[in-house]
Amino acid sequence: MIESRHDSVIVRYMSGMLIPLVQIFALYILFFGQYGPGGGFVGGVMLGTSLILGILVFGPTDPLTMVTKRIAEADGVGLIIFAAVGGLCLIGGGQFLNYAELEIPGLAAPSRRYLGILLTQIGVAVDIAVTAVSIVFSLSVMSGNGDSRG
Amino acid sequence: MTYSFELPLLVLLILTAGGAIVVKDLLSSVLILGSYSFFLALVWAWLGAVDVAFVEAVVGAGLATVFFVLTLFGIDPRDTLIRRTPPPIAAVVGLPLLGLLLLYAANDLAAFGDPGSPASTHLSPFYLENSLADTQTPNVVTAVLMDYRALDTLMETVVIYTAGIACWLLLRRNTT
Repeated sequence: MIESRHDSVIVRYMSGMLIPLVQIFALYILFFGQYGPGGGFVGGVMLGTSLILGILVFGPTDPLTMVTKRIAEADGVGLIIFAAVGGLCLIGGGQFLNYAELEIPGLAAPSRRYLGILLTQIGVAVDIAVTAVSIVFSLSVMSGNGDSRG
Repeated sequence: MTYSFELPLLVLLILTAGGAIVVKDLLSSVLILGSYSFFLALVWAWLGAVDVAFVEAVVGAGLATVFFVLTLFGIDPRDTLIRRTPPPIAAVVGLPLLGLLLLYAANDLAAFGDPGSPASTHLSPFYLENSLADTQTPNVVTAVLMDYRALDTLMETVVIYTAGIACWLLLRRNTT
C-alpha cells in the first residue's frame, strides 16, 4: 500500500498544500474547544488524519513519513500527559484530576482549572493522533505481508 | 417542528445504510458507509449536537474509512467479494417485528427538546448554571467531558491507547 509515493503530481502537490491547512485547523479546533464545538478528541483525530494523508501520498522514504514513524513510536505520551495532570493535582493536595489543586506555582484557582482542562485536552489529542498513525503503520505492515505472499 | 431537512436526511440515511448492506463489493460498501457517517453527522448538526457531529464526521467518515480501506488492501482481492446465502426465514420475519417493537417503545421516549423531561429538569440545568463558574470554560460539553467526568475521559484515552497497542501486537508479529 505505501511502498512508494503517489504517482500523480497533482495529488502530491495538492496534499502538500492541504496537510498544513488541516494541521492548523486541527490546532484551532483543539485550542478552541473550550469556547466552541471541538476539543481534544476531534483535534487529535484531525492531526492524525493529516499525518496519515502524508504517509499515503508521499510514501515511506519521504522525510515527513520518517518523522511520523518516529512519532508513532511514542505511543502513550498523551496518556502520560493526561495522567500527569491528575498526579500534579494529587501532589497539590487535592483529589485525582481535581484541577483546583493543580500544583503549578503562581496561579490562582480559576487559572488552574482552565489550564487543567487545556492540558488534559492536549494529552487526549496527542494520544489519539499518535494512536491513529500507529494503527495505520500496523495495517500497512499487514498489507506489505499480503503483497509479498502474492 | 418543521420536517423540511429531516425527511430527506432520513431517506438518505436509510438509502446509504441499505446500500452498504446489499452492495456486492466490500470496497464499495466501505465507501458507502463513509457517506452514511457523513449524513449522520449532518443529522447531529441539525439536531444541535455540533460536538457529536464533529466526531462523527472526522472519525466515522474519515478515520474509520481509512482503516477499512487499508485493511481491504491488506487482504486477498478475492476475499472482498461478498458471497451471500439467502437469509433464514426467522430473520426475515423476526427482524421487522423487532423493528416495530423498537418503534413502539420509542413512543414512550421524551420528545426532542422537551423541557419537562427528566434530563432537562434535573441534570442539564445544573451543568448549564454552574459549569462556567466551576470550570472557567464556556463550552459546557468540554466542561463536562474534561472536568466533571475527567476520569471517564482518562479511561477512554486508555481504551484508545490499548487499541493502538493491540494492533501493534497483532499485526507486527513477523517484523523486527
